[in-house]
Formats: sequence, structure tokens, C-alpha cells
Amino acid sequence: MEEKEIHDELASIRSLMERSSKFISLSGLSGILAGVYALIGAAVAYKYIYTKVSEIPADINHIPTKAFFYDSDINTAILFLSVVALIVLIASIGTGIFLTMRKAKQKAQPILSSTSRTLLFHMAIPLITGGIFILIFINNGYFGIVAPTSLIFYGLALVGASSFTFSTVKYLGLCEIALGLIAACLPIDGLLFWAIGFGVLHIIYGSLMYFKYDR
Amino acid sequence: MKVPFEKLDKAFENRLRLQIMSVLMVNDRYDFNSLKELLDTTDGNLASHLKALEKEEYIIVHKSFLGRKPNTNYEATEKGKAAFRLHLDALEKLIKQQKIN
Repeated sequence: MEEKEIHDELASIRSLMERSSKFISLSGLSGILAGVYALIGAAVAYKYIYTKVSEIPADINHIPTKAFFYDSDINTAILFLSVVALIVLIASIGTGIFLTMRKAKQKAQPILSSTSRTLLFHMAIPLITGGIFILIFINNGYFGIVAPTSLIFYGLALVGASSFTFSTVKYLGLCEIALGLIAACLPIDGLLFWAIGFGVLHIIYGSLMYFKYDR
Repeated sequence: MKVPFEKLDKAFENRLRLQIMSVLMVNDRYDFNSLKELLDTTDGNLASHLKALEKEEYIIVHKSFLGRKPNTNYEATEKGKAAFRLHLDALEKLIKQQKIN
């Protein structure tokens, strides 16, 4: 056996091990775009909250975000913010799926393989748990928990999924968890932390991935 | 010059078998269709090499049904994993020897 032949053999083994166990078609560009959508969404929400709500109660620190709204406004406000959040979510997922499919094609990696299914499964558990948890608390009027809880559960989902894709995802997840815990201590700045976590961190992460793997 | 060719596993002489084994080293189980897609090969070719590995007791086969469709999964045995590691070691030694010569 020639040396070159052995090297080819070893290279093919390494590539197969990676391609079969890790989903390497995640697109960095979709991370950047998701971050941009999140920032736009946060800006819209910020503008809405701080122009619609004329009076901020004095004992602000002891009251969840609910206190920002007069009771009659609460339902419209919730509806408006939910729609904004939903648009951001759908736009991000849509862009993610589109760009990831494009990249999977380039890499000749099937988009629905056992690896990507495992990846989705491991992400779905903390995300769905967190989503239901947040809905239960919103229903009880605790709006202050939305930002920290969504950051924490999203971070847990990323860390859990990171063994099936690029390891950089793990560090993004850890940052989201840390940010969520800080946000939990400062519920008044929830929107700011949400914007940092889902906006700024995604843009940073997406750019890193883009320059490292996409090109 | 003593090249340890005899240490190379005959079962891995075929490239596809070695590739199958590398996939099963890092995945607990892998199903037939995903293997076929990943290794870009034909049903018959893949099946015959899987049979050969099964005969060596390097892999075990799990057959089940997903609805009505048969779903065949493969798993590497301890024996198979050990053989794969030995084979890689032998390849490594070959490279080192050739560098010296």
C-alpha cells in the first residue's frame, strides 16, 4: 500500500466520522440574519412599550413588567408584543431552514439525516419545555420572566444540541445561559438582555461561523 | 524492512467496509438507508459488505418496523471496534515506517 493511499484512507475515515455524527451544514449567515431580526423586533417592542406607557410606577423594582400597562391596555399590549415575537421567530426559522438547506446541498449532506433528527430532538425538549413554562407564567401575569427564561432555556437547548454540530454552538449556549441568569437579577432590563442575547450574540456567533466555515 | 502488513485486518481491505466501520465507531446505531446515502453506494453493494462484517461478528443487525416499512439498524460490536482500532494502529505504523525508509 502506498503512503498516499493510506493518507487518503485516513482522511476519508475522519471525514466520514464527522459527517455521520455531526450536522455541519448549519449556516452562519442565518445566525447573523436571525440576530438582525431580533434587534429590529426588540426596537419595535421598546418603542411600543415606552411610548404607549405614559406612567411608570414608582415602586418599579417590586412589580413585574405587568405594571407597565394599565389593565385595559394589557391585552392589546400582549397581543402586539406576541405578534412581534412571532414574526421574529418565523422569519429566523424560515431564513435558517432556507440557508441551511442551501449549505447542505453544497456540502452534499442530507438535510434530514439521523444526525439532524437527533440534533432537532435534543433542541426541541428544552425549547418546548421553556415555551410552555413561559406561557404558564405569562398567563399568571409574570411578564418579567419572559426574557431571562427564554434566554436560559434557549441556552440549554444549544448546549444540549452542540455535541451533534459545531462545538462553537456550545459556547453560544453558555453565553445565553449566563446572560439569562443576569437578566433574572435585573427584570426591569429584560428587553435589553433579550436584545443582547438573541440579537447581538447571534450576530457575533453568525459572523464567526460565517468566516470560519461558510466561505 | 519489516512492514506489518499482516497486522492489517483482511476484513477491512475493502474501502467500503472500513467506511461503514468508521461511521459505526461514532454513532451508536446507523440505519441502512442513511448509510447508503452517506457512502453514496448501491443497495446490493452495501448489503453484501454489511453481510461480510456481520459474518466477522464486527457488527450486529437490528431489524424493526417503522409503521409498515422495515427499518434495519447496524451497531458495531466490541470485537469490531477493537479490530478497527488495531487496523488504524497498523495503518499508522505503516506510515511511520515508510517515512523512515
